[in-house]
This record gives sequence, C-alpha cells and structure tokens, in this order.
Amino acid sequence: MTDVPATALEPLAPKPTAEERWRALRTVSRGDLIYRSVLTVLALLLPLLVVLIAVELVSNAMPAVHKFGFGFLAHSTWDPVRGQFGALPLIFGTLYSSLVALVIAVPLALGCAIFLTEFAPRWLRTPVATLIELLAAVPSVIYGLWGIFVLIPLLRDHFWPVARHVLGELPIFSGVFYGPSVLAAGVILAVMVLPYITAVSREVLLAVPPSQREAGLALGATRWETVTTVILPYGRAGIIGAVILGLGRALGETMAVTMVIGNRHEVSASLLQPGYTIAAAIANEFSEAVSDMHLAALFMVGAVLFLITIIVNTLARVLVWRVARGSAVGSTAI
Amino acid sequence: MRGRLIRRLFGSLMTGATYGAAALAILPLAVILGMLLVKGAGSLDWNFFTKSAVPFGESGGGFANAIVGTLIIVGLACAVGVPIGVGIGVFLAEFGGGQLGLAIRFVADVLNGVPSIVIGIFAWTWLVKPMGHFSALAGGVALGMILVPILARTTEEMVRLVPNSLREAALALGYQRWRTSLQVVVRTAAAGILTGCLVAVARVAGETAPLLFTALGNQFFSTRLQGPMAALPLQVYVYALGPYDEWHRQAWAGALVLIMLVLVLSLVARTVVRAKRQHA
Amino acid sequence: MPSVSTPERSRQHPAVTPPPTQPAASRAVAEPAVVPRLATDALTAWYGSTSGVRDVTLACRENTVTALIGPSGCGKSTLLRSLNRMHELVAGTRVTGRVLLDGYDIYERDVNPIQVRRRIGMVFQRPTPFPMMTIAENVAAGLAIGPKVSRSERADIVEHALKRAALWDEVKDRLHDSPLELSGGQQQRLCVARTVAPEPEVILLDEPTAALDPGGAAHIEELVQELKREFTVVIVTHNLQQAARVSDYTAFFYLGELVEVGPTTRLFTTPLKPQTEAYITGRFG
Repeated sequence: MTDVPATALEPLAPKPTAEERWRALRTVSRGDLIYRSVLTVLALLLPLLVVLIAVELVSNAMPAVHKFGFGFLAHSTWDPVRGQFGALPLIFGTLYSSLVALVIAVPLALGCAIFLTEFAPRWLRTPVATLIELLAAVPSVIYGLWGIFVLIPLLRDHFWPVARHVLGELPIFSGVFYGPSVLAAGVILAVMVLPYITAVSREVLLAVPPSQREAGLALGATRWETVTTVILPYGRAGIIGAVILGLGRALGETMAVTMVIGNRHEVSASLLQPGYTIAAAIANEFSEAVSDMHLAALFMVGAVLFLITIIVNTLARVLVWRVARGSAVGSTAI
Repeated sequence: MRGRLIRRLFGSLMTGATYGAAALAILPLAVILGMLLVKGAGSLDWNFFTKSAVPFGESGGGFANAIVGTLIIVGLACAVGVPIGVGIGVFLAEFGGGQLGLAIRFVADVLNGVPSIVIGIFAWTWLVKPMGHFSALAGGVALGMILVPILARTTEEMVRLVPNSLREAALALGYQRWRTSLQVVVRTAAAGILTGCLVAVARVAGETAPLLFTALGNQFFSTRLQGPMAALPLQVYVYALGPYDEWHRQAWAGALVLIMLVLVLSLVARTVVRAKRQHA
Repeated sequence: MPSVSTPERSRQHPAVTPPPTQPAASRAVAEPAVVPRLATDALTAWYGSTSGVRDVTLACRENTVTALIGPSGCGKSTLLRSLNRMHELVAGTRVTGRVLLDGYDIYERDVNPIQVRRRIGMVFQRPTPFPMMTIAENVAAGLAIGPKVSRSERADIVEHALKRAALWDEVKDRLHDSPLELSGGQQQRLCVARTVAPEPEVILLDEPTAALDPGGAAHIEELVQELKREFTVVIVTHNLQQAARVSDYTAFFYLGELVEVGPTTRLFTTPLKPQTEAYITGRFG
C-alpha cells in the first residue's frame, strides 16, 4: 500500500472483517424518519390553524346567528344598546371602499408594472421597484396618521372646494363633506394596495415569453401597441389575479381605514359621507362590546370577512399560478 | 404615413403616462417620509426614549414603554413564529414535492391573506378569554401566527435556491437525508433564511390590529408578560386619535421611530435577498 | 474463511479472468479464486419503464482503475450511479440485478444505501465544495458520520487526505479559508480529498475533469493513478485518450448495453467488437 506514517491511519479498533462490514451495511438509520415526521407535523399546523380560526369564529358567532339568522346581513340598523345588529352598512362599506381603492390603484399599478418591465431604462428599474415595494412596508397605522392630519385636510380644504364645481352634481359626490369619508379611505387603500398589484403584475408581465413581444414588433406595432395588443392579453389572467389580490388586501385593512372613514353605520352612495368596514367596526367595538350579543355579532361579521378574503385570495392565486407557475409570486411580504 | 405618426405619438404619450404613474406611486412614500421627518424629528428628545406616558396635560412624557413593549412582544412573536415558520419552510423545500406540499403551500398563501384583525380576535378567544386578562404573551403569539406563513414561504424559496449538486455530494458521502438537509442545505441557505426573517419581523413590528385585543396597550412601563403591554404602533394609534396636541406631536415622533425601524430592516433584507436571487 | 450463511458470495465471477492454476499437490491449500472488489451481475437500471442501462455484468479487481466509455446517453453514468445506490434517489427509478461489494449484494433487501455510500465514494463532474464550511471542514465532512475521532486525529486525517489528493502544499496555510477561493481544479481535488478521507473502498469518478482546464485535468489524472494504490477506482469519461492514459480496464457502452470489456491496452489496440472499433477510431460518438 502507500507509504503512510503509522500514526496517521491508526484505526481505533482492529479493521473489521468482511462479514462484520456486511452486517454494518444493514443497520437502519432512524433519523430520517424522525426528521421527516417532525417537519410534517409542523407543516400540518398550518391547515390546523385555518380550521381552528374558522371554528372559533363561527362558534362565537352562533348566538347572533340563532337570534338573527343570516338576514342580519341585509339590515342596516346597528344599535348595540337596543340589541339590533344589521350588518349591511359594514358589508357595503367594505366593498365600496375597496372598489374605490381599486378604481384608483389599478390603472396606476398597471402603469407602473408596464413602466418597470417595458419602458424604464435598466438602471432605473431596481430603484423604482424597490421604492414601490417599500410602500408595502409602511405600517397601516402610519398611513392612518398621515390620513388624519394630511390627506383629509387636503381633500376637504383644497381638493373639494375646487372639484365640487365639476363633480358636485353627481350623486356619488353628494352631501356635506366633513372629511372622514369613504373617499378618504379609498384613497389611502389605493396607496396601500398599489405595491401588491404592481409587484404581481410585474411578475406576470415578465413571464410573457419574449417571442410574443418580438412577434408583435415584427408585425409593425409600436412598443405601446405591442403592450396593449400582445402582452397584456397574454398575461390577462394573471393581471386579473393581481387585481383580485389587491382587492383581498383592501378588504382586510383595518387601522388606516378606521382612522379616516368616519366609522358610521350608514349606507350611502356618496363618497363624501362617512362609512364603516367590517375590520374597522371590529377594531372599534370589540373591546367595548356592550353585550354578549354585540360580541357575537362582531364575530359574525368577522367570520364573513374571513370567508370573503379566503375566497378572494384563493381566486387570485389560482389565476396568478396559471401564468407564473409555482413561484412565490405575491405570497411573500414583498 | 400620418396614421403611423399618430400611433407613434400616442405610444410616446402613453410611455410618458407610465413614467407619470411610477412617479405618482412613489409620491405618497416621499410625502409620508417627509412629513414624518418634519413633524416627528423635533420631538425625538431624550425624554421620548426614556420616559413613559404621563397623565394627560403634563409634558415630558415619552414612548419608552411603547418601544420596549414592541421589542418584547416582537421578541415573543419570533420565539414562537421563527422555529415553526422556518421548519415549515424546510418541509416545503425538502419534502414538498407531492400533494401534501401543494396543499400546505396553498394554505400558507391563504393564511398570508387573512386580515390581521381576524387573527387578533382569534388570539383573543384562545389566549385572552380563557386567561381572563390581556397579556403581552397573547400579543406575541398573535403576531407569531402572522409570522409563520410568511416565514414558511420565504424560507422555502431560500432553501430551494441551494443547488441540488450540494445535496448529491453530501448524500454520496453517506450522509443521511436529515443530516444533508440540516448540515448542508439549510446551513448554506442560512443567510437567506435570516434575511427572510428580517422582512417578516419588519412587517409584524408595524401591526396594530392583532394587538388591540391581546396586548391591549399600557400607559405604564411594564415588562410583565402576563399583563397588558404597550407597543409602538398601538400607542401611535391611541395618541393620534386623542384630543391633545401634545399627544399628536408624540404620535408623529413615535411613527417616525417605527418607520425607521421597519424601513431599515426591510431595506437591508431586500438588498440581500435580491442579491441572493440573482446569484442563484 | 468465515462460514457463509445468508448472503450468496460469488466465488468465481464470470467477468474475472481466473488466476493461474495451482499444481495438484498444493491444491488442498490453494487460495480460492479472487473475489473482485466490485462487481455487477445482470444489472439493469430503470427510469420508469425504460432502462438506462441493461444486463450489465462486470467486475473490477481491487486496486485497479476501470474506465467506462461510450457516446453520450449510452448509460455509463447511469451505471456508475447504480454502483453506489445514487440512481435510486431520483423518483420513479429502480434497479434490478445485483451489485456485489466483496461478493455481497448491496441491493439486497435489508441493506441501508447510506451505509453503502460510506464504502463507495463518488466525485462528481462539477466540483461541489460545501460553501459554508472551511477547506479543512470540507475534507473532514465525511468523518462526521463515522466513529468519533479526536481533534488531533481529525487534523491528521485531513492532512493525509489532502496529501493523497495532491492538494496539501497548496492549501496547508489556508485550511480555514473558504473553498470558494480555490480554482476549479483545486476545488475538484478538494472533493477528492473529501471523498478519500473516510477511507472508502471504492471510488467512483463521474467525468471528473469535464469541467476543468487541461492543467487541472492533468492533476486529476495523476491523482487517479495514485488512488488506485489504495482504492478500487471506476471512472466514467468521454475522453478516450484519458481512458487510455489512466485505466487498467475499459468497458465500452453503447445504447445502454455493455458491448465490450477488457484490459485497456487490448481494447484500444485490438477491439473485438466492430462497434468498439468504430467508437475508438472516432467514427461516431
């Protein structure tokens, strides 16, 4: 064998015979089984959590369901003192404020996504994308703070006096504008969901094969026309998914909304009137619920919110997965 | 020919519009940061960081209780959420190829979309109602529940980036699968996993809604885990809605501290994560 | 000889040329035929329902280098991976037939593949040092799973392994640095050191020089000649000259079948099969 100093290779025990080595080949390693089992148990905690949340929400809402049935979702009177709980204003406000947010955010977000994937010079892409992503990192309560002290005065004292001449006749701009309103909430929500819609749309657009782009240009389309006639239609499902994802985020926002929406149980078509969302109502009334029935009613709307956001987010992810398969798109905190 | 010109002009116009969209999107960020600096920086004095809230009307109070409270509650959240979240992430990366992995990944994404206020009232039913009182512990666990699905996905992404050739080399040495996973794969992905944690912590540190009915907030300085505890975003919320100008002033200062914390963590983490993604 | 109870030892393997016969008088105390260190018997490796390599019967004597050659896709890498039970790590794969290590079938039902891989080591095409470990830690990586060794013993083993891999002089002053600072050739020698440190019996090399520059490749080839003194080596290569340079025996594969095997000089000068000759003279592949 090789020339080796004796000390380097001194085995701790006499070298095993072939038979012993053969037996060693058959020893079992149990570590793998334990490892996999532990990790699997951890993983199963996630679906367990979802189930637990659903069960707790529903069971705590039962008193309200028994008393009011599901019709309570259609009534407008929310009077804890008299024990009347109609959740229509909450549901209406949740949907209305989110709709306003999307109307503002979607064109902007799409514009940003197209900007970042098609037109921005290369050196500008990462900084701008990072800045837009940072919008998502700002805590909700800070948006609310800004909303109370900056946005509302801006809307009330500068925007509306001017805009009322043009928009004042429209029913969605009727009534006296005191400040806290669905409009204010919609604007803030728009800023908050914009980074999510942009990020996911951008991933979707990046997933469009370059051959599609080239085909459009080869047919004589301008850059912009290629975007509208080739790229956007190709990524259509994913972009719709991105929008729905933004909707999901808007539906659940709590702090910023409750600080600027006015917190009034009222259904009104006007953007200038105060409103209420499910999340905001829970935030405001939960700690000071006047009765068990009040609490149960809050749990009930909480369960409704839970269900709506699950459905919306599931729909969004299915649409996005179809275009940008399997990636962690839109699911991280970005 | 004219048709082509019009199309080109329109294209340029729309290109400019996208520039405008990007600028408009970034504007609120600039405005918010600017306002926080302008309105809050002036109030960041020594008192602010060392004194707790004082009875209304008096001056000289600070946010010490809230800052320490946030550190404690977020620390609790990490203690609960990091091991579970990272563990689930490793599961998804190492064993998540089949149906179960698909299902768990899907559930994680769903959980990521559940409003944090819902998590808050859930934590209330499990940790406050049975115990009979609000607690920092409950707040920490609530935030931990938000951490877990975020960490699961970011950890999975980072572990997946480890090249398969490293796994093969370890297995060829006779490493068991668990040893390969822990001592080679996860160890290689450790830096990325850590930065994923930073991103998640930044997000969770700014959450107010889950704390409303769990930690509740506390006027006084307290480090007692089984009692109510102040937190930075909570206190900003309460002070912003309060009737006193003094409170408003401090709310801006508190918000500035909060945003600094969040942004620094976010920027550091995102820079490293992006570098790792490009490296792979 | 210890009594052989359960496992079936093949005393006379078909592919091994029998040793010269003993004179009658000493036959009573004659040595039995040499059991090859590593051998296969009707080995077929499957990907789902197609076979990557089929019905391979081959033997490798101790302290020899056997080269597996053939055009791309001929199954030589698949065969190599079947020898240390790496093939089965891919979903949907399986192996039929036997692989005999010292005459014992490593594919028998109760055998733990992890233990097999500790006795049959492998070096891959691309150098894969563990990035989060130092150079010394990389070399000692295989020791973590064996019997415990003291720090000084580990240091000795690391030094010895690096010397055998002809890398010691180049890294002895930076054992605690990152392996990523080494060149490709050095990293590959590091992987060889890592593979030999736990003293396996067989070393498998899967195109070890394919990703290296000629200088680095030359180092590895020298290494292979050294390694055969202590180990049994099987090397897959698509570089015919390399096979001719380093190996004692060569096996030629084509379309998943073992076409011809024999001593290297014989195979390269007077191949028996027409396909072998065609490949060696460069008419295809």
